[in-house]
Amino acid sequence: MHTEKPIVAINNVSKSYQRGSQIIRVLEDISLNIESGEFLALMGPSGSGKSTLLNLIAGLDHVDHGSIEIGGVEITILSESDLSRWRIVNVGFIFQFYNLIPVLTAFENVELPLLLTGLTKRERRDHVATALRMVNMEERSRHYPNQLSGGQQQRVAIARAVVTDPAIIVADEPTGDLDRTAAENALELMSRLNRDLGKTVIMVTHDPWAGKWAHSIEHLDKGVLSHDI
Amino acid sequence: MIFKILIRNAFRHKLRTVLTVCGMAIAILAFGLLHTVIDAWYIGVEASSATRLVTRNSISLIFRLPLSYRDTIRRIEGVKIVSYGNWFGGRYIDEKDFFANFAVEPKSYLNLYPEYMIPDDQRIAFLKNRKGCLVGKKLAERFGWSLGDIITLTGTIFPGNWEFVLCSIYKGSEKNTDETLFFFHWDYLNESLKKKSPLSSDQVGFYMIGIENPYMAAEISDAIDKTFKNSLAETLTETEKAFQMGFVTMSEAIIKAIQLVSLVVIFIILVVVANTMGMSVRERIGEFAVFKTLGFRAWHITLLIIGESMVITVFGGITGTLLTFPAAKGFSVAVGKFFPVFNITAETIWLNLAVTLVVGLVAGILPAYRAVTVKIAEGFRRMG
Repeated sequence: MHTEKPIVAINNVSKSYQRGSQIIRVLEDISLNIESGEFLALMGPSGSGKSTLLNLIAGLDHVDHGSIEIGGVEITILSESDLSRWRIVNVGFIFQFYNLIPVLTAFENVELPLLLTGLTKRERRDHVATALRMVNMEERSRHYPNQLSGGQQQRVAIARAVVTDPAIIVADEPTGDLDRTAAENALELMSRLNRDLGKTVIMVTHDPWAGKWAHSIEHLDKGVLSHDI
Repeated sequence: MIFKILIRNAFRHKLRTVLTVCGMAIAILAFGLLHTVIDAWYIGVEASSATRLVTRNSISLIFRLPLSYRDTIRRIEGVKIVSYGNWFGGRYIDEKDFFANFAVEPKSYLNLYPEYMIPDDQRIAFLKNRKGCLVGKKLAERFGWSLGDIITLTGTIFPGNWEFVLCSIYKGSEKNTDETLFFFHWDYLNESLKKKSPLSSDQVGFYMIGIENPYMAAEISDAIDKTFKNSLAETLTETEKAFQMGFVTMSEAIIKAIQLVSLVVIFIILVVVANTMGMSVRERIGEFAVFKTLGFRAWHITLLIIGESMVITVFGGITGTLLTFPAAKGFSVAVGKFFPVFNITAETIWLNLAVTLVVGLVAGILPAYRAVTVKIAEGFRRMG
């Protein structure tokens, strides 16, 4: 039994979207605690609300009801501007389609989040070099995304996610666009981040094979959670 | 880094950007050229001196004033120099070879116009030779005249063929000095009139008056006009600037039309750039969602989009401004006889720059607003 306060505390969260005159309930009264250093997989069929829940945890969207507390900060009451500032230092993002900026090199993509910190150019360069070394992409730092394979792009995206040293990494279908080998590399990297650096990793996936890399799995179906270990 | 992003984003779709830059360059070129045309219209006003007054017949310019007014005007307090002249309206070879020509009292007239720079020997030659003429440098170049040439004008107001000896060529000391004028001795005209048409002699078309204090212009003008009140030829005295402005006012409708066209040109390019930016932002709405996810705030996104719009307009604006110089030169050659001074002023350059920045700013506002207000999750959905 854990005695420490969870890093993510979700309390009675509901979320719905309006599509035309129709209101679509996506999440229904969700409550979930995620301990620090955990590797959690959120699984479920398409449209089950897992990406919506991930967006809410990452402060990319707002809840209708309930509250989300992360690292002792209730993010549901933060303004858009405060949420942006909070995200810079607290959350790293990994996306299914990598979402690298095509006009920037791998190095520049990783440097992007650091532009919003007070680091000097030299400090930024050191941080980026460390992050790229961690994902074994330092050799290709001057390449543009279209000059990299999918797996390599995802590794750059992982470097970008960790370069600000956030406590939480959120990953939305990180292996969805990769072949098995590249997916394994990406998952291995995320595992290392969790294991070696103590990052809390929350991963959305519909792939049971990818889910096996997590310590625990939460199933979402029609906006309702069911716990599984 | 941000500047690097702006440049790279601006040229991501090279063809689209190059076409927009070309459109912007052409619009700024047209705007600059039209503005220079308007400036050229006002050049007489700009070149006017605050210490010169013009006295003419109060009914109309075509009615003359007696020469005897000269001494009366000279006695009015504050008047320093009195000169006089007539619009001659002579034609050289053909009507298409038009240039302005005046009969003036040469000594006093040149004292009033120190901006006409004449070598001393040529000045003396002109003053000594009653059939001598003084022409501007551009006019002499236009017809290939050189000193000593005999120039014959056919009178349209004063009939007959009038021969002149080119004694002097002046250069303007200022950029806006008209170098296309032709002057000759008023006495030459008057003496001929005494023989051919005595009733028309000893009459002048206008008096040019030099005053000591420009702040006294209104009082002196008033004093001159009061002196000749209720006479057979009442006068109207005004500053040289107001006199020149009277000519410009006659063409006010054309000037307004040119100003309107230049604004329409700018409005069209504003719509074109806004459309380019709108397309560009719509295609990259997901990318802006990524920026927002990484912590970039609304003003960062606004800066990125307006900055990109500015990059496009500045490239176009600078190109257009640079092209304005050769275009103005060509335009000046083509229509030089209508616009004796056709210079691009510093004001036109600054105006081009200001228009460039305003177009860049305004064209980016709506796309920036769209990118800022789209929710992150919605942005990713549009990307996917």
